[in-house]
Amino acid sequence: MTAFFQDYLGLPYEGAWLLSTIVGILVIALPLMLAVAMIIYADRKIWAAMALRRGPNVVGPFGLLQSFADGLKVFLQETIIPSAANKGLFLIAPIITFTVALMAWAVVPFGAGVVLSDINVGLLYILAISSLGVYGVVIAGWASNSKYPFFSAMRASAQMISYEVSIGFILICVVLWAGSFNLSTIVESQKGYYGFLNGNGFNPLLFPMAVMFLISSMAETARAPFDLTEAESELVAGYQTEYSSMAFALYWLGEYANVILMCALNAILFWGGYLPPVDWAPLYLVPGILWLFAKILFFFFVFSWVKATVPRYRYDQLMRLGWKVFLPVSLFFVFLVSGFLMLTRYGVAS
Amino acid sequence: MIHVFAFYLFACIMIAAGALTIFARNPVHSVLWLIVAFFNAAGLMVLLGAEFIAMLLVIVYVGAVAVLFLFVVMMLDIDFAELRAGFVDYLPFGVLIALVLLAEILLGVGIWQAGPIELAQRAAPAPTDAHNIEAIGALLYTRYIFLFEAAGIILLVAMIGAIVLTHRARAGVRGQNIDSQNRRRPQDAVVNVNQPVGQGVEL
Repeated sequence: MTAFFQDYLGLPYEGAWLLSTIVGILVIALPLMLAVAMIIYADRKIWAAMALRRGPNVVGPFGLLQSFADGLKVFLQETIIPSAANKGLFLIAPIITFTVALMAWAVVPFGAGVVLSDINVGLLYILAISSLGVYGVVIAGWASNSKYPFFSAMRASAQMISYEVSIGFILICVVLWAGSFNLSTIVESQKGYYGFLNGNGFNPLLFPMAVMFLISSMAETARAPFDLTEAESELVAGYQTEYSSMAFALYWLGEYANVILMCALNAILFWGGYLPPVDWAPLYLVPGILWLFAKILFFFFVFSWVKATVPRYRYDQLMRLGWKVFLPVSLFFVFLVSGFLMLTRYGVAS
Repeated sequence: MIHVFAFYLFACIMIAAGALTIFARNPVHSVLWLIVAFFNAAGLMVLLGAEFIAMLLVIVYVGAVAVLFLFVVMMLDIDFAELRAGFVDYLPFGVLIALVLLAEILLGVGIWQAGPIELAQRAAPAPTDAHNIEAIGALLYTRYIFLFEAAGIILLVAMIGAIVLTHRARAGVRGQNIDSQNRRRPQDAVVNVNQPVGQGVEL
């Protein structure tokens, strides 16, 4: 795209680069906002269907415009800032959550070579950005100057740090297998398992990692059954308790953007990203981005399914799962995968 | 041009955030300014082409260390007047540390100005096309393998030490044994008794 702007607008390289980057950001972020609105609707519909309810069905055809109506409603509401709150941080916190949820999309490959920033350390970048997500919650909990949000912030920070550890080890397995931190390279390396399947998930060594990553990503985004941070029976609404109007909406949007991101990561790291699931030439005629979207939607359906059917974990059970089950198992698999690769691909060093 | 602009942007924000870390009255604000400083330092690393170090800086310091700082500082109930009271007592010591650091900076800059540093014995990074991560990994796992492993063992010992120091066996705690719960079957817990009328149940 940089070359396009250089040729047609006659801009110098740096100007063209800046312009193309900004255009790229808009091309990703604006449809993402639309996708978030529609995915909130999908979430409510799936949840309702599993509870034998109708879900949103009044605004627009099949209730499709429900999210936009909600957005408008929230936009027109009054922003209430508690008088005892730390005002600056109270307002910055939702902005952090929302911004961080958008930042990680910079390195997500939507197709062969279709990525905003094709950096070598793409996976590390995603780890770094997702570790920032906790600040939006923690700062909100502290700045609200209220007990329930504070409890929620404590829970959130402990939960996110715990699951990031095992996510890190799971990602190391994928990185070892692909031999790169670059997300595009990781996707390309998943081509042709057994000659006809695309996706690390079909690898028996990595399949357990795929399952654990799916569960960890639910914990990382604080989705049910790991939504201890906003357990309504215990903490009112968790860290969002004191928020209203646009600040609340930013949390809402950021949370769902994070969920979509985690679904995309599941698809990219383990199920071939923009590659078709089967390595068969006619399937490559379908644009890669559609395969990616189909996989994202599938994982989002799994997320909603789990949310609708699984009861909430108790906090000590959540910690036990993270530290006593996922951490040892993922660590074991790091050794297993690296040992297997030493034996087969790289040869045992003398 | 963009590089220069980005450099001065990151550098200015970093210095300002570093100053505010010290001058902020509220410790929570201090930690948050520290995080801003870390983040901009990572930006500077990226500009230098050290993207691996930059990402590690964010993951380790911003993502883990600073969260724990924040965790602790948020829970403190701080009396600001008391904090201010010890200022004069600690002033000489603070000035001493400041002087030492200033001397170090001056020495460093002076040596830099004096000419290229001769480090023939050290392993200079070979100018290859290897990525950051590959270059660092190749160096860490060959030349510096013993130092690297030693650092790992020291950290392991420190971790075990921390756990041993804080662990205390408390009597009377009823923990949950998930395995035994999962192994429990209805026939272990429930008994059907055909009890004749007028007789007590034998337990």
